[in-house]
Amino acid sequence: MKDYLFLYRSDYNKLAQRTPAEAEAMMKKWMDWMGNIAAQNKLTSRGHRLQNTGKVLKNDVVTNGPYMEIKESIGGYSLVKAASYEDAVELAKSCPILKNGGRVEVREINPM
Amino acid sequence: MMEQQQLVPHLFRTEFTKIVSVLCKVFGIAHIEMAEDIASETFLAALETWTYKGIPENPSAWLYAVAKNKAKNQIARKQLFSKKITPVLQQVSTHSSDVDIDLSEKNIMDSQLQMLFAVCHPSISTESQIGLALRILCGFGIEEIANAFLTNKETINKRLYRAKEKLQNEKVSIEFPSKKEIEERLETVLTTLYLLFNEGYYSESSDAIVREDLCMEAMRLTHLLTINEETNRPPVNALLSLMCFHASRFKARKSENGEIILYDDQDENLWDKELIAKGIYYLNRSSQGNNITSYHLEANIAYWHTIKEDTKEKWENILQLYNRLLQIKYSPVAALNRTFALSKANGNKEAISEAEKLQLTGNHYYYTLLGELYKNVDTAKSKMNFEMALRLAKTTADKNIIRKKLENPGPNRKS
Repeated sequence: MKDYLFLYRSDYNKLAQRTPAEAEAMMKKWMDWMGNIAAQNKLTSRGHRLQNTGKVLKNDVVTNGPYMEIKESIGGYSLVKAASYEDAVELAKSCPILKNGGRVEVREINPM
Repeated sequence: MMEQQQLVPHLFRTEFTKIVSVLCKVFGIAHIEMAEDIASETFLAALETWTYKGIPENPSAWLYAVAKNKAKNQIARKQLFSKKITPVLQQVSTHSSDVDIDLSEKNIMDSQLQMLFAVCHPSISTESQIGLALRILCGFGIEEIANAFLTNKETINKRLYRAKEKLQNEKVSIEFPSKKEIEERLETVLTTLYLLFNEGYYSESSDAIVREDLCMEAMRLTHLLTINEETNRPPVNALLSLMCFHASRFKARKSENGEIILYDDQDENLWDKELIAKGIYYLNRSSQGNNITSYHLEANIAYWHTIKEDTKEKWENILQLYNRLLQIKYSPVAALNRTFALSKANGNKEAISEAEKLQLTGNHYYYTLLGELYKNVDTAKSKMNFEMALRLAKTTADKNIIRKKLENPGPNRKS
């Protein structure tokens, strides 16, 4: 079993436009999806959500970014266990963000 | 004579631990044996004296007085005033009557708590911790402990002997851990008490009395922790709450001929309302601070199970609690229970899909769950899974439950 990173990308603006009922329904979908993975004993860490702010440092220059207006800002991350990329992707397939126009980036952790 | 025969064993249980705890505190962990011997001799003296003089008006006071004398004699006789004894005694004069063996209620409670920390020490296995706790803190006889663990006296004696040796070698002291250590040490203690309770609750030992006693002792010790300011913390209250909720169903869980009655088949009226109320009381006390432990989540799940009605709200809450529990502490049992809650909250189809992913092969409860989920969906698959469960089940009690499901599938499950 290896560890894989799930990076969640979605449109922050869309999130802000949700009604409380929609937000609650989404919350349940997330919790149930995480619960499904945890029930298989494959959730290494539920990770974190990220704030709608950021800074970028490059060549000693600090800018406000990455810009949250783009439709694919990283909204959060989790860590899961899987035997292979195929299995990790299989776990990601039912991520609620996919139904909302978002996407999941799956990356294998390099255990140094 | 009859009365005395019932009184002394009961007294032995409750007073043994008090006397031993106080004496252990005085003599130090290196002399646990001595503390146990003095306590045992005291009870022997009680049996002998009370047989022809009758039971004294205040049996406990009598026992304490005799234990005190024996301890003082022991100190004088063995000339303990050497470097080996605890610093406290070193300061006392050589006259043995100056040694104070404080058997007041407060000191008894403090000593027991300190003994609890000493015994639930991370340097010995949890098995040994439970064994020592049962012996020293609960006054269980070696045979009773052997029964509870489905093993023999020799194994238990060896286990306890090695554990005491280890504690001596580690120079474990009988005192409250420092403020820095207390949270970590408390974790070990709570794990042991949780396991002790489970031993009693799920025990396969045929002795029903021993089973319930284990649970009661676990609850008594956990309750002790709530009385002391240093140890009265949210996780402790959560654990006690959980124990109360489970214990409330004792009378309803077993039929007259010792068969297990599963949750859905239980008579609610046999559930102990007082224990449920206590569970709620401690659950409320545990809802402080920011640290949500697995005990909090389990206690909340247990709370929802005190409501027998099958509402959407109940199962949605239970599902979300299991979602969180699995994230901080995975266990196959939790995964299976969560899947059942999933079927109630989100429907059978989703639950079946997720259940198949669990792949808990070798676990008969897994196949029992699948059998139930497929019940109204695919009769053939349901039967196949129940039959697999039957093959994997080991105890007669478990096999009987599965057979019943095969003959007459019903919505029953946990107990």
